[in-house]
Amino acid sequence: MHVELKEIRKYFGEVKANDNISVSLEPGKIYGLLGENGAGKSTLMKILSGYQPQDSGEILLDHKAVDFPSPAAALGAGLGMLYQDPLDIPPFSIIDNYLLGRDNRLSLDYRTVIAEMNEIITRYGFEADIHAHIDTLSLGERQQLELVRLLAGGAQVFILDEPTTGISVEQKDVLFSSMRKLAHEEGKTIILVSHKLDEVQELCDHAFVLRRGKLVGQSTIPCPNEKLVEMMFGQVPTRRERLPFDLGNPALELINVNISTYRLNVSNINLQIFAGEVIGLAGLEGSGQGILLRTIAGLIQPESGQVVVSGQDLTKSSYHKSRNFGVAYCAAGRLEEGLVSKLSLTEHMLLAEPTHTFMIDWPAARERTNSRIEQYQVVGQPESTADQLSGGNQQRLLFALLNPGLKVILLEHPTRGLDVRSMDWIWEQMYARREDGTALVFMSADLDEILERSDRIAVFSGGVMSRVVNASEVSVDQLGHMIGGQA
Amino acid sequence: MNDLYIVSFFASAILNSSPLIIAVCGETLTERAGVVNLSLDGSMLMAAMSGFIVAYEMDNIWLGFFAGAAVGAFFALIIAFGSIRLKQSQFAIGFVLTLLGADLSAFLGQNHTRLPGPSVAHLSIPYLADLPILGPLFFDQNIIVYFSFVLVAVTWWWLNRTQPGLHLRSVGERPEAAFARGVKVNLVRYLYSIVGGALVGLAGASYSLGIKIGWSDNHILGLGWIALAIVIFGGWSPVRGAFGAILFGVTKGLATYLQGTFPGVSIQALNSLPWILMIMVLILVSGDFTERLIAYMPQSVQDPLRRQLRLAPPLALGATLDEE
Ligand SMILES: Nc1ncnc2c1ncn2[C@@H]1O[C@H](COP(=O)(O)OP(=O)(O)OP(=O)(O)O)[C@@H](O)[C@H]1O
Ligand SMILES: [Mg+2]
Repeated sequence: MHVELKEIRKYFGEVKANDNISVSLEPGKIYGLLGENGAGKSTLMKILSGYQPQDSGEILLDHKAVDFPSPAAALGAGLGMLYQDPLDIPPFSIIDNYLLGRDNRLSLDYRTVIAEMNEIITRYGFEADIHAHIDTLSLGERQQLELVRLLAGGAQVFILDEPTTGISVEQKDVLFSSMRKLAHEEGKTIILVSHKLDEVQELCDHAFVLRRGKLVGQSTIPCPNEKLVEMMFGQVPTRRERLPFDLGNPALELINVNISTYRLNVSNINLQIFAGEVIGLAGLEGSGQGILLRTIAGLIQPESGQVVVSGQDLTKSSYHKSRNFGVAYCAAGRLEEGLVSKLSLTEHMLLAEPTHTFMIDWPAARERTNSRIEQYQVVGQPESTADQLSGGNQQRLLFALLNPGLKVILLEHPTRGLDVRSMDWIWEQMYARREDGTALVFMSADLDEILERSDRIAVFSGGVMSRVVNASEVSVDQLGHMIGGQA
Repeated sequence: MNDLYIVSFFASAILNSSPLIIAVCGETLTERAGVVNLSLDGSMLMAAMSGFIVAYEMDNIWLGFFAGAAVGAFFALIIAFGSIRLKQSQFAIGFVLTLLGADLSAFLGQNHTRLPGPSVAHLSIPYLADLPILGPLFFDQNIIVYFSFVLVAVTWWWLNRTQPGLHLRSVGERPEAAFARGVKVNLVRYLYSIVGGALVGLAGASYSLGIKIGWSDNHILGLGWIALAIVIFGGWSPVRGAFGAILFGVTKGLATYLQGTFPGVSIQALNSLPWILMIMVLILVSGDFTERLIAYMPQSVQDPLRRQLRLAPPLALGATLDEE
């Protein structure tokens, strides 16, 4: 199916999210949509998929103008979208979730549906236990199921909004090979929104670049990364060298820590982390890194062992006590655990401050929020609510909420969904905190990030911290093997 | 207590709890769609009053039931309209309607208090009523009891086995996603507010036409709150809600019985019995104890069992959605 977007315009108040964008898409091709955070990529895709209406402009399918009142209508016309956060229904069983909006007879026919799902799942090499419930699945599995649903719904055009943030390397490979099959063998059109240039180079045939709501360039792939980066940011961002840093006293000590949760047991963790040090936790999703971070944060009580922060035993202290002592934790699920979607930025700021007064001095709070927003370059107003920010700006907000003078910062996937420039910038901010004697522990699915940003790397597999290595002494390949449990 | 007495004790407990079952099913439907109809206490009183008066004046109990259902549906419609269209708090509206219902029913019903009026006839089901124990319990009752049991089954089936039920649940759990799948979120919410409200109204009329026949001021004051509590106790499942209602009816009956046997014990103490029992059941079901018990069971049944015992409300309960 031939898709054409003509002079699409969408403003949110002052913000020109989409400003006269025109693109044309051929069947059988994979397109990349690039752009910095807040460039307007998600907005454009949501318009194309019927999730929100444009202010002006036209969508043409096979040269006929169409207008979708809802995503369901768009899917009916062959346009399916995989949202940045999967739009499924977590408490539902997989089958119910799949059935919703598919089968329109009164009584649900489970038997046919199970056969239908199984057929698609095997055809595209996915894996899923269809009888499970959505809220027990990983992000990657939920995405695959959304794809299955779109396929069954007869989609001809697939829009994927940052599908690879938060899924494992294996899941990514499965996803990409199914995308190639769909485009190159079955003649479907695919649009991939991504910040990872390597992925775009690997998968796409052609790329479009947006900046501040405008289409600023396009190119066939392969194309040098520098050229794409220049289109995205208007210049090639310079990268500042990371300065060496003299480590201080132990900031965090883990002594024989054992943690048992009903998913996984993490055993015998011994690790000493110094003030100013950056430790990366590597490992497949769910190998115990997240549980360890939550334990240090005081969200999980360890079964035995000690968690010592700056000489003080915090093993038994609650999350709030640890937090007041200077242990900060940024969760991966930013809208679930980190932010409150309907609260304004000022209200977030007030909640995050270490001391609370009974009466709130709103003008002063606004001032403080404004200066934080400026410092962390969040695109938004003190009055904006968290869910009005673009994905990358929500992530920046999380960092803007960290108070100064912390002892330990714990980060889950700190740069998920950030563009290259923001990623560098966030890390600069984090490194600056070393001057305060802050130790940093982070986990990430991105091996390059772990290698590049940390001083030491702790490798996890199946709940065991199998080794700790100096980041300067390993290569990506070696690290990959360690994570897989070999070598 | 002899055997016969025990059976008739339970039979009357079932009869007494049947309107509660109807109200619980109605409110469960409404809340599963994400709307809270907090006005139950007021709307049931209004429905009991209007049901009785209409049946009395027209000399037709069916018209009475119809009037009760219409009043209940109207109260629910006010809440749905206020929250969906006017974007006001459904809790505030519901609460005001509760207070209004109590006073308005007393005012409108003042000329019809303590009158003998028409009531639902006893209706044994041939053959089945002769079964030992089960017969008197379930088949030698009146139409309200039969209706309440059929309603529980239909509500369960509707929620779990039909496409409209799937739509209904999705709207209560994640309206944005439901909308994206083409479900008309607000329409569904209006619909189940009205259907649920009509059932609540039927429950109110069932009291004045079949259980506590007639009308008096504050006739069934408090029972609406009890129904609301049982919806939560039942974890938003019609089947568990029905059990909760019967459990309530049985303990209530027990309290009355004990009062007769031990006149020395205060009525208030005995009346709090159902509540204490409910809290105990809740703690037992959702506590650490059950979790440990489940841990001993085979792996494959653990997750379904946990899910069955889960008492989580619909995720979007009380939240509204802007359809763009
Ligand atoms: N519902 C909304 N209300 C107000 N502003 C919005 C809304 N949705 C998006 N915006 C604004 O529109 C701009 C573009 O947002 P969009 O989500 O399209 O960016 P994006 O390119 O997807 O960025 P990211 O890479 O960070 O996900 C942002 O400045 C954002 O704040
Ligand atoms: Mg986006």
